Amino acid sequence: MTMDLTLFDLLLVVSLIAMAVFCLFSADIQRAVILFIVFGLLMALAWARLRAPDVALAEAAIGAGLSGAMLLAAARRSMEGQRRRTDLRVDREEGPR
Amino acid sequence: MTPTLGRILFASLFAILGGLLFWAFTVALLEGPPERLAVIAADAIPLSGVSNPVTSVLLNFRAYDTLLEMAVLLAALLGIWAAGPASPGFERAGIVFASLTDWLVPLLILAAGYLLWVGGHAPGGAFQAGALLAAAGVVLRLSGQADAGLPRGVWLRALAVAGLAAFVLVGLGLLVIGQGFLTYPLAHAKWLILSIETAATLAIGATLAAAYVGGRVGDEGSA
Repeated sequence: MTMDLTLFDLLLVVSLIAMAVFCLFSADIQRAVILFIVFGLLMALAWARLRAPDVALAEAAIGAGLSGAMLLAAARRSMEGQRRRTDLRVDREEGPR
Repeated sequence: MTPTLGRILFASLFAILGGLLFWAFTVALLEGPPERLAVIAADAIPLSGVSNPVTSVLLNFRAYDTLLEMAVLLAALLGIWAAGPASPGFERAGIVFASLTDWLVPLLILAAGYLLWVGGHAPGGAFQAGALLAAAGVVLRLSGQADAGLPRGVWLRALAVAGLAAFVLVGLGLLVIGQGFLTYPLAHAKWLILSIETAATLAIGATLAAAYVGGRVGDEGSA
């Protein structure tokens, strides 16, 4: 039983660090946000394993859920803003002709 | 400054920071367990009015910190509102998502009420309950309700300051009857904490949902 739990903890730690690295070095913002949400859910599991159910609840609800939703919305907005700016630039470059 | 020089500077700064952290970590390990506040807090839980240690610390022993957290949330929302109007909402949900929303939103509200009540004696509390309320708002907005189920105008503003207002009113009321600021008398501690938590839950839910909307909805001027 304890052996299994140790194995689980090791897997959890390794995947947490892997998620953090993938999230930080992801070129695509949307992909980074989704990796961040996965990281938050794994982190909630880690808090539960540390016997901190309060923190686990808050991490799952706020850290993974709401922050994830807000970051996705922000990523969508920033991409829209970028598209609008490039459209404007194209208009300006083609305008005088 | 050339790029390589900048990079070397950065790397050495990070190396120094890493070294400092490692040094602090080893010192903390070698020192052994210091005198911990947790023991004192655990002894005082019966005096706090609630039996969940986390809630007793958040709402009683360190109520000041939680009060300031509510102020931080409010300041963040004011910043978001100052940044301009909300982006247009999502298109109306199809029949499957709409019926899921019909089930999910009441369940989320029910779960938020449960978490709020259970926070007195088991894991739960205002922040978790408020997050669930906000999640209900996010689901509503994703299903096509541009205002995320939030009230408009004055009512929304009242909801956003409710948590901070409850904290400050209870604190000032206690000052008036001769207690310290947020030093609850034991006989009423439970109900004072529960009423602050209720107001805080509503405020956190409204604030986070409004932050997700990302701008002012329904006020004069914006559609």
